[in-house]
Amino acid sequence: MRTWIAGHNPGLPVSSTEDEYWARQAEWHTALYDAGFFGLSWPSRFGGHDLPAVFDVILDEELAAAGAPPRPSLGYLVQGITTHASEAVQQRFLPGLISGRERWCQGFSEPDAGSDLASLRTTATRDGDEYVLHGHKIWTSYSDVADWCFLLARTDPDVPKHKGLSAFAVPMRQRGIEQYPLRMINGITREFGQVVFDGARVPAENMIGKPGEGWRIAMTIVSHEREPGEVGYVARYMKTVKDLEATVRAEPGAFRSDQHRAVAWAYVQAEMLRLHVRRRLSERLDGLDHGPGGSIDKILMTWVEQTVGAAALSVAGSRAVVGGDDVALRIYLYSRAQSVMGGTSQIQKNIIATRILGLPAA
Amino acid sequence: MPGFCKVTLICDKDSSHLMDTRDTPEQAELRRTARRLARELGPRRVADLDDHTRSERLAEAVRSAGWLELRHGTADGDPLASGVEAAIIADALGEAVADVAFVGPILAADLARRAGVGAVDGAVVAFSPDLIDAAVVPGAATNTPILAVDYAIHGPVAAYVLVPEGDGYQLALAETDGASSGADLTRRIRSIPAGVPVVRVPGQSRRLSRDDLDAWAALGLALTSADAVGLMRGVLDVSVAYAQERKQYGVAIGTFQAVQHLLAEARCLIEGACSAAQYPAWAVDQLAPDEARAAGRVAKAYCARAARTVCETAVQVHGGIGNTWDCIVHIYLRRALLSSQWFGDEGEQLRQLERRRLGVTYGLP
Repeated sequence: MRTWIAGHNPGLPVSSTEDEYWARQAEWHTALYDAGFFGLSWPSRFGGHDLPAVFDVILDEELAAAGAPPRPSLGYLVQGITTHASEAVQQRFLPGLISGRERWCQGFSEPDAGSDLASLRTTATRDGDEYVLHGHKIWTSYSDVADWCFLLARTDPDVPKHKGLSAFAVPMRQRGIEQYPLRMINGITREFGQVVFDGARVPAENMIGKPGEGWRIAMTIVSHEREPGEVGYVARYMKTVKDLEATVRAEPGAFRSDQHRAVAWAYVQAEMLRLHVRRRLSERLDGLDHGPGGSIDKILMTWVEQTVGAAALSVAGSRAVVGGDDVALRIYLYSRAQSVMGGTSQIQKNIIATRILGLPAA
Repeated sequence: MPGFCKVTLICDKDSSHLMDTRDTPEQAELRRTARRLARELGPRRVADLDDHTRSERLAEAVRSAGWLELRHGTADGDPLASGVEAAIIADALGEAVADVAFVGPILAADLARRAGVGAVDGAVVAFSPDLIDAAVVPGAATNTPILAVDYAIHGPVAAYVLVPEGDGYQLALAETDGASSGADLTRRIRSIPAGVPVVRVPGQSRRLSRDDLDAWAALGLALTSADAVGLMRGVLDVSVAYAQERKQYGVAIGTFQAVQHLLAEARCLIEGACSAAQYPAWAVDQLAPDEARAAGRVAKAYCARAARTVCETAVQVHGGIGNTWDCIVHIYLRRALLSSQWFGDEGEQLRQLERRRLGVTYGLP
């Protein structure tokens, strides 16, 4: 693995902070897959390797050590499909998802359904062998390059809000889909997709799980999306920390003591998260299902990302402000989204308080 | 690439760098026993700290369980148990703010073992006044005041000091009498004044090297971190229970999101601290000494900061009562202060990590 990474590091920017990463992410995904390093813990009949999840972590740690980009993070979609979809749906979609030959986005949030996801209003109405879609999705990462959308839509308006939702694999290259991507505060244009469905169609056989199971499926996905081991972000944080360390080490005297301290603390945080991922994976060997524990992991991951982002800003100093270090500025600005995406930190703390600490719901 | 995967799997299974952090069945049993014992015999109220019948039963239980001997040497010089087992007990005792010497005697036994000599019963290690390093005494008597930390017995206390010899150190003992002092009401510290004679420990078969002291300090960092993890868990349990029972505006204060979020953040800090603290406890017997010590520094930096935050949250959630002597939360906070300072607080660890990773010297050698 080390030898291969050394020879194939594409030298991409730190992921997610620049459009170039996303333009070339598909290449990186297929390169990893073709070399046999992607999907190590996923089923071999769909292109994975049937190994324990710890192998994904070995990959993450080696990518981090080499300063290579992290693996594309789509484990939560794989988990959603393997946990809930029929065998036929798994066979149809998992190989393309895992190999990177087919690209996916995730259509959950809507302009009026953010933290209150279950109130979403996109409808899927049965019409013969198909469902017809109407609605507006937002924060649909990379929807403009996606072949498929893992869509959550209301199929039954007459039952309580959590019970009327279903999940679909929606083909994105068709009429009736319009894209209005939003620009993030760091200038990225690719990540915050916005999609309007206006009469687009999805075959009924593309439903993931059964009608009305959409909420349960969404919860499987978001709980995995909250796990740093699942999304492989440790490699991303460690790469930034190593870059910052190299910058300071080249001339320590050129930096103030608070800048040294910021980098050292970012290292402590990133190292903590690396060890935390190892512990979570070890626990999973006992078959422990994380459930609300994913919210703790998400908070830890957020603290790490924002500590690392602040350290990047600190080390760059005025260069981040007057135009000499755009990378540091982008890393810092991007880090502010981490306490919102995948469920805000406030929502995570509500979950921890009520479902882990056993405090009464507010 | 099945070939690659198979090879790696086998290597990983045989490797001592195995990433499995779960307790073995024996460790899980030890954890259950230690937590039960600490809960039963530890103080539940501040007034219990004056109940010497109870604290002597606790000390006797820890002694008769054999826990003070975990770092004694076997015939070939290896410790009887790994750093992981010692950390399990430190964690359990911290969780119950158990007023019994454990880490002190364990560190003394580990240091004596590294010098190739049996530990003197009841001895602890003397520390420099900043509590960071084992005390070094160049002459025949102490030349500055030093500190015996976490000793077990009443009456005279024997404390190991390091005497420079060639390119290493030999062990000597300084004995002192007097009252204990310090912020922590659950563990004893006694100052050994300047001018106390130090007596070379007979029968030492090895000189303590830099590596020995690094590995020993890694154990100290791991155990003080484990103690912090335990006490954070203990004080959070106390605080969550209080938030469920204390009513204002006609409802439990744990109903309010402002209180819930403080407690939720504390819970996250504990999980992070736990993950960070496990690594040096394992590393102390498995990695090169300087790597183990660096792992200990990461754990300690994280745990020290987390412990203070979590204990301060506990005081806040308890409101006015949390600021009174008879409320148990300050017992946890005080213990956190000693566990943080012992082997260096987060500022010291970060300073050392800056030296190691960034080449910043701050006048350090």
